[in-house]
Amino acid sequence: MWNRISKHHLFWPLMVLAALLLFNLIYKPAFFSIRIQGGHLYGSLIDILNYGAPLILVAIGMTLVIATGGIDLSVGSIVAISGAVACLLVSKSADQNSLGIVLTAVAVSLGLAIVCGLWNGVLVAGVGMQAIIATLILMVAGRGIAQLVTSGQIITVSSNPYEYIGAGWLALLPFSIFIVAAVWLAAAWLTRRTALGLFIESVGSNATASRLAGIRSRSVIFAVYIFCGLCAGMAGLILSSNVSSADGNNAGLWYELDAILAVVIGGTSLNGGRFYLSGTVVGALIIQTLTTTIYMIGVPPEITLVVKAFVVFAVCLVQSEKFRNVLTSKWRKRRYQAEREVTHHV
Amino acid sequence: MFKRQYLPILVTVGLFVLVFLAGSFRYTGFFSLQVLTNLLIDNAFLLIVAVGMTFVIVSGGIDLSVGSMVALTTMLSATLVEQQGWPPSVVIPLVLAFGCLYGFGMGAIIHYFNIQPFIVTLAGMFLARGLCYIISINTITINDSFYKDMAMTKIQLPGGSFVSISVIIALAVVLLALYLAHYTRFGRNTYAIGGSEQSALLMGLPVARTKMLVYAFSGFCSALGGVVFTFYMLSGYGLHAVGLELDAIAAVVIGGTLLTGGVGYVAGTFFGVLILGVIQTIINFEGTLSSWWTKIVIGVLLFLFIILQRVINVRASKMKVI
Repeated sequence: MWNRISKHHLFWPLMVLAALLLFNLIYKPAFFSIRIQGGHLYGSLIDILNYGAPLILVAIGMTLVIATGGIDLSVGSIVAISGAVACLLVSKSADQNSLGIVLTAVAVSLGLAIVCGLWNGVLVAGVGMQAIIATLILMVAGRGIAQLVTSGQIITVSSNPYEYIGAGWLALLPFSIFIVAAVWLAAAWLTRRTALGLFIESVGSNATASRLAGIRSRSVIFAVYIFCGLCAGMAGLILSSNVSSADGNNAGLWYELDAILAVVIGGTSLNGGRFYLSGTVVGALIIQTLTTTIYMIGVPPEITLVVKAFVVFAVCLVQSEKFRNVLTSKWRKRRYQAEREVTHHV
Repeated sequence: MFKRQYLPILVTVGLFVLVFLAGSFRYTGFFSLQVLTNLLIDNAFLLIVAVGMTFVIVSGGIDLSVGSMVALTTMLSATLVEQQGWPPSVVIPLVLAFGCLYGFGMGAIIHYFNIQPFIVTLAGMFLARGLCYIISINTITINDSFYKDMAMTKIQLPGGSFVSISVIIALAVVLLALYLAHYTRFGRNTYAIGGSEQSALLMGLPVARTKMLVYAFSGFCSALGGVVFTFYMLSGYGLHAVGLELDAIAAVVIGGTLLTGGVGYVAGTFFGVLILGVIQTIINFEGTLSSWWTKIVIGVLLFLFIILQRVINVRASKMKVI
């Protein structure tokens, strides 16, 4: 029984999250208090969900891309572009509070995010580039485009409907949590209740073999990059609406790294072929909780980077089969020298 | 006589000449030796870092930690020299050794635990950047006379132009790298591993040692780049050289090195860095263009060069079939 629990893919991520929360409980019991004020729920846990929302969104898109054996470095730039475009359209309009204008702005920037995703898809599936390089192009150029849109300035907007996306409340909870929940459920339904998830994993294991087996590998790869772009676009809207401004330089900076980290912590292998959406969500929550914890205990926030570095190392080492073999080799039967030599370098 | 494999590097050189000539026709005062030497002066640290990156990419890996390693080097040098009062003659060898060791450690983790270089060097990047902030979150200015001398000394060239000592160091690194890549076993092994690690292993080449040495060399180059950057900025700061890893990768790719490994030239990287520099110079000369155009142009160039590589590769493989 214990063996089955500890082998479950969510076991280690959840243990880490639990350990972090336990630390907070001991350090500051008020961490878990949630109070109702003006019909809204307030508390550190709600904050973690609210501020973690953009990261979770980006990480969900990234999970599917990584599942096909690719990677998308451009999400941070797409976050910046979509926030910049939406804020520019809203700020240029006559009546910033008009719902129609905000909806148009949202539609346009999500459309642009899809175009960005499509561009990545064309380069990876159409031209056949390595994913790291293909998306590196948009990562470099995209940040320039975002700065071009904002003219290097910070665009501020004062629009109630636009603010609602990232800072509004629906019933008791922040609205952004509902967006995330909707995207997560949609992605989970599409990949686990239809054959799409199987296709993605199959393409990630071996794109050529999948094509020969009758799966349209290219279309699947196109679809995941577009979905990832769309997720990043939504995250950009939430981020920029939360602070009612768009910053082409710093919005979404290093988001690609955090998102990849969340995916890896969640147990999805970077080699593709397997993915765990729920693991990714837990991974993103771990990162956000870690950041909040570090702020709370009063360590300079810059230390976050060092902690993150060790988390990445630890997670990678645990996932590395070789490392586990080194640890458990004493209890295993002896291997022949030749066999060890061959398996060593594959 | 003419080998197809030299085509990307010829395109790079041609593009550099073209861009430089275009700038010369458009702006008065552009066509001078000093503009050319300024390219080297302003990009000496990038050149050194990109040379190290070339080896890593040729071996089939990638090193994302170079930018933060440069920052960490400036920070270490500044704090040791200014706050601890150590002499530069001790500090510089120390930071170079530290860079080697850091790269060697990452290489060892990549090789022995079989983790993707992307992730390991990403963690290395976080760690180095974080260590900077642990030392100090503020800028540390350097007033040491040795560093100032290194920064101020101008070496006169015939024709009235000058170069800095950093340029001499950078050119020495390029020459050393050319020798390493094309005339030593280490260089041959690196190309072999990049071509196919499995084959290199079966041929009996020292895969483990070479891979770790490649990352150690890249760590050394980024530390040396950091030292040169310290001469250039005369300060240590945790936000120095943010995004330098992307510039270095872009320079290497524009220089004709294949990101899949096994193919690439140090000389190409040299011209790749010069192209990035000349674009920056043109945007400065234009005056009305803003700095973000640099990023967009670099993105477009990256795209064009990768497409070119694909075309060459596809044609080469078709010829093999026939």
